[in-house]
Amino acid sequence: MISIKNLHASIDGKEILKGINLEINAGEVHAIMGPNGSGKSTLAAVLAGRSEYEVTEGEVSYNGIDLLELSAEDRAREGVFLAFQYPIEIPGVSNVNFLKTAIGEIRAYKGLKPMTAKDFIAMLKEKQKLVELDASLTSRSVNEGFSGGEKKRNEIFQMAMLDPKLAILDETDSGLDIDALRIIANGVNKLKSKDNATIIITHYQRLLDYITPDFVHVLYNGKIVKSGPKELALELEEKGYDFIKEEIEA
Amino acid sequence: METVTKTSTVKDKLILEFEISKLFLFGNTKLREQAMGSFYKQGIPNRKHEEYKYTRTDVMLKEEFYFSANKNCNDEQIEHLKFLKDAYVVIVENGVFVEGLSNLQNFPQGLTICSLVDAEKSNSPVFEKHYAQYADVNVDPFIALNTAMTKDGVFIHVAKNTIIEKPIHIIHVSTAFKNTIIHPRNLIVVDENAQAKIIESFETIDSTAKIFNNALTEIVIDELAIVDHYKIQDENELGYLVNTTQVIQRKQSVFSTHTITLSGSLVRNNLTFVLDGEHIESHLNGLYLTTGNQVVDNHTVVDHCKPNCNSNELYKGIVDGKSTATFNGKIFVRKDAQKTNAFQSNKNILLSESGTINTKPQLEIYADDVKCSHGTSTGKLDEDKLFYLRTRGLSLTSAKKLLMHAFASEVIDTIKIVALREYIEEKISKTFE
Repeated sequence: MISIKNLHASIDGKEILKGINLEINAGEVHAIMGPNGSGKSTLAAVLAGRSEYEVTEGEVSYNGIDLLELSAEDRAREGVFLAFQYPIEIPGVSNVNFLKTAIGEIRAYKGLKPMTAKDFIAMLKEKQKLVELDASLTSRSVNEGFSGGEKKRNEIFQMAMLDPKLAILDETDSGLDIDALRIIANGVNKLKSKDNATIIITHYQRLLDYITPDFVHVLYNGKIVKSGPKELALELEEKGYDFIKEEIEA
Repeated sequence: METVTKTSTVKDKLILEFEISKLFLFGNTKLREQAMGSFYKQGIPNRKHEEYKYTRTDVMLKEEFYFSANKNCNDEQIEHLKFLKDAYVVIVENGVFVEGLSNLQNFPQGLTICSLVDAEKSNSPVFEKHYAQYADVNVDPFIALNTAMTKDGVFIHVAKNTIIEKPIHIIHVSTAFKNTIIHPRNLIVVDENAQAKIIESFETIDSTAKIFNNALTEIVIDELAIVDHYKIQDENELGYLVNTTQVIQRKQSVFSTHTITLSGSLVRNNLTFVLDGEHIESHLNGLYLTTGNQVVDNHTVVDHCKPNCNSNELYKGIVDGKSTATFNGKIFVRKDAQKTNAFQSNKNILLSESGTINTKPQLEIYADDVKCSHGTSTGKLDEDKLFYLRTRGLSLTSAKKLLMHAFASEVIDTIKIVALREYIEEKISKTFE
């Protein structure tokens, strides 16, 4: 589904990603772990199309398209979704209104007929249930005055509404209590299929107790330094990131 | 040697026009002469005039201007301006009340709406008590000029304990085929415990020349009265509007005003509130959307004279093109006005590189037990918000539209008349296209 080759990216002249290689197929869940400042969120931002980051080298092929050539909105329309680590509050823009506009534009891009109001509302209700999001939150302004947990749940709710092919969850577990974590993991699991793929970016392995990854990658200093099966996450949790650092420096 | 004849200035022409016409104008000639004397001293403000340095009325008035325009509207032409279907509609064309075009049937008991000329002619005691008592000719040259030269306008009186459910919509229509200066004037008096909703809209139709509209409204809100007031300024590129609104509030009254500027080459609003009583509540909301070479300037004064009053001011603007927007908000809290709550906020979005925003909040506080705050902000559309929306599939254009609409909605949501709010929403979405 997505093939990242030798990806280098920098911001304000400072190189953050220093040659990332990653292959992800449909149906797979990949976890990317690593210490703070290793470049995890930068990778997510670059894939989503944040223009402050400059890609200096490398390529990203997504279902045969050059992803880096697309605008942020066209990436979304092609099925790339980023769940933000810090979801943005947008006072004055209602969740429902904005999702209606988003879905309208995505369907137009794909040459599909607009969705009827009835179908839209039915979908809204179904997806709300999936992440146990209070119906009153969907009619409110996007994330305004939401608690940390509500914001994260709203991200997964939006993901459910937009039905992406490639979902990137950027530290979706941070700041969540265990109940909220279970709800979110449950939502993500239900959205999983053989046709889509998920990248889970996390610092801790706790979320991976609930969403089982097929592969775990360790990002350190802008590079993937180690990859392995799900057990690698447990090892990291046990030994801490220092053992990776020692391994590299050895 | 060649001699150059200096053409007379607009000030000279205004004074001459006054001398010719003063005997034909309604009302008290002495009051008019005093006002003209004050205008003579003040003159047309130029760039040296602190309060007008961003709004160069003198430059604009260098052209040739006339002082009257013939009436030429018909019903059909103004139909679309009557955007409130269920309202008492008053048409003021080029500063003159036109009964034939207005919809003034079935007045409830306690409501008077007539021309200023008729109010004066009928020796209305309310008119005599309040006319030209509040807007001080020595404070501003345009107040002086309006007081000297006004030909007509609207008189509204809502009697004690009367509740007027339907909105009253005053439509100022300008139509001109040659550059014209007009001075419409309104007097609105709402007596004790009465309630009303009043909309003033400013439009130009069927015109080929510039109109300099020096409009003035005095509003008297007696004790316990509740009044909701709106100004919708949409005069397009031929419109040059100086709009003075002078409000006096008595104790326990509630007055809200909303100044929505949608178009016009130059719009200068002078809005002054005097809170002359205790437990008064005042709301001042404003929204301006500017583009091209437009100049929009909001000057407000809130004068807290007595204790225990609340005022709340919110002005927001979206500035594009080479336009200039100015906000100058003064709040006075007099020595007696303890326990005052006075809040003021001016927020702007600058969409272009070449637009200009001047914002100047001023607080003058002479009492010691008060809560006052003011704040201003000017920024671009938030990049983080735009990116967030785009990652959900919205184009940059629709993301911008959504954010501009969200920004404006804080002011739009204060419009209580549903039909008016919908009209403004529609107008605004068109300007965001």
